[in-house]
Amino acid sequence: MPGLGAPAELELLRTMWRIRLFEERVGELTRADEVHGLVHLSIGQEAVAAGVCGALRADDIVYSGHRAHGHAIAKGAPLEGVMAELMGREDGVCRGLGGSMHIVDVAHGFYGATGVVGGNVPLALGSALAARQLGGDQVAVVFFGDGAVQGGIFVESVNLATLWGVPLILVCENNGFAEFTPRSAHTNVERVSDVVAPYGLGRETVDGNDAVAVREAFAAFLASARSGRGPLLLECLTHRLRGHYEGDPDRYRVAVAAEEWQELDPIRRLERRGTAAGWLAEDVRRRCEDDARAAVDGAVEYARASPFPPPGLAADLVYAA
Amino acid sequence: MTETTYLGAITATLAGAMRADPRVLVLGEDVAEGGPWGATAGLEEEFGADRVRNTPISEAAICGVAIGAAQSGLRPVVEIMFIDFLTLALDQLVNQAAKAHFMSGGQLNVPLVLRTQGGAGQRGAAQHSQSLEAWLAHVPGLKVAMPSIAADAAGLLVSALADPGPVVFVENKSLYFRRGMIDDPPVPIPLGAGRVVRSGSDVTVVALSRLVEESLAAAEQLEADGIDAEVIDPRTLVPLDVDLILDSVRRTHRLVVAHEAVVHGGFGAELAAQVQAAAFDDLDAPVVRVGAPFAPIPFSPPLEDAYLPGRDEVAGAVRATLGVRA
Repeated sequence: MPGLGAPAELELLRTMWRIRLFEERVGELTRADEVHGLVHLSIGQEAVAAGVCGALRADDIVYSGHRAHGHAIAKGAPLEGVMAELMGREDGVCRGLGGSMHIVDVAHGFYGATGVVGGNVPLALGSALAARQLGGDQVAVVFFGDGAVQGGIFVESVNLATLWGVPLILVCENNGFAEFTPRSAHTNVERVSDVVAPYGLGRETVDGNDAVAVREAFAAFLASARSGRGPLLLECLTHRLRGHYEGDPDRYRVAVAAEEWQELDPIRRLERRGTAAGWLAEDVRRRCEDDARAAVDGAVEYARASPFPPPGLAADLVYAA
Repeated sequence: MTETTYLGAITATLAGAMRADPRVLVLGEDVAEGGPWGATAGLEEEFGADRVRNTPISEAAICGVAIGAAQSGLRPVVEIMFIDFLTLALDQLVNQAAKAHFMSGGQLNVPLVLRTQGGAGQRGAAQHSQSLEAWLAHVPGLKVAMPSIAADAAGLLVSALADPGPVVFVENKSLYFRRGMIDDPPVPIPLGAGRVVRSGSDVTVVALSRLVEESLAAAEQLEADGIDAEVIDPRTLVPLDVDLILDSVRRTHRLVVAHEAVVHGGFGAELAAQVQAAAFDDLDAPVVRVGAPFAPIPFSPPLEDAYLPGRDEVAGAVRATLGVRA
């Protein structure tokens, strides 16, 4: 079967395991009241984060929304700093002032998550414009859900991005639900890639639970955007296994049956592929999972040992000095 | 020193900043054409379409683009044609620009200047005439400048352009063609430094934007009656030069606050609260607020004229605080 080659596909698997086990632990810690606030997990959607961010350079710029842990991790944010942030600790990537919906890690090109749906799209456009205007060849990527597309700012941004031809890649994680409501109840346009059709930008819809397919489609877009043929839109059809937020009773949809999830799960799919192709022996597979679990354990330990921020920190950071 | 208009001071300052720093760019509706009053006239010819970007009528996206560009190393100046339209961009300004530095633990900076203009008196009716500065001053993370004369417009804009965070620069359409002297090149006026416009000993009048010249006119009327009013323009609402105001009130023992915005929930309430908290024992009378009534701005000319606060209302407030009849 064609693909990325064993090392790259194994790297995708490693990244997905890190996100999966990190977020499963975040769910547990939320219920244990160690992780605080409004927590939105991307379990089930890891292939998009891994496939997209794995293709990027460290200096490429990524923006995300409220469901952002996976994107931050895939872009290189340290598990320790992200976990400490979710626990509101001083050693969090944002020193405990941002929390789950506002993870930022500039050192790894993760310019951040924003908690207002759709509000991140023009920010990424601005970063793409700056990259071009300052003479660099960085690309800006923005992740958003299908729920963001019905907001006016999305269309405003797509219009401007195409008008200016900036190196921006719009990555839609279409999981079929905007919070508690299916896409069909919000719009008559089923495919997000069709929403942007009149603007004439490159667009494609892929199986977002197939990490290799995401990576291949995105890599082609990335080369295009970097060489000045942006913007582009990649729609990844995926499935959010958990509720909209941790604690969501999730009564608005029928849960996917366990057997069906075995087929859909992006991690299991890539593992089956690796086993069939011969690059994933059982001991290697187990090591992927074990390494990720150990890294998450280490992150929790790090976060628990970190103090809460000093009381004066908030007042100190209202204005840049 | 050069004589120019309030508007000309802004144009000249923008041009100077763009010459000095290639990271400065201007974006907004019709900016390449100069905009409705000509604030950006000539910039596109000198600096090109990449640095003077005409945008569609998409206030939210324009503001968001400017924030993203600022976070990534440019120094954008975004123009929102009327402050009334800033409503469309408030998510970007309030939720993104104002909070990015804070929520990122100091990692992100948003060196953004958002120019806009407000004020009534030109029969623009209720959607093109408002004074909404109090909303902006309520948001931690934003700085708010409100110049009343050409020299301050130039000096404050220089400082806004050098600031590492978002500054909202609220101009006033009825002041655009007032003439005044400016330094060439303009000397920065620190954000948070107010100005004593007229010294006096009987009462302190703190006025914003167009109400500064109205308060000066009121002071002249009052002088004929033997009342000596001090007029202070704080020039920026955030940061606020409260010490300048307190020093004055401690000498005059009376305070009138005056702005064109509706009195109810206006910035005058914040001024009054800060002064009474810090100098209650120095006050000989309650603080009197001057502003517009709690109604949208009427279109019909006689009704708009009656609605707008001006010199007579300021003079009346001063007399009230002194307990003298007109």
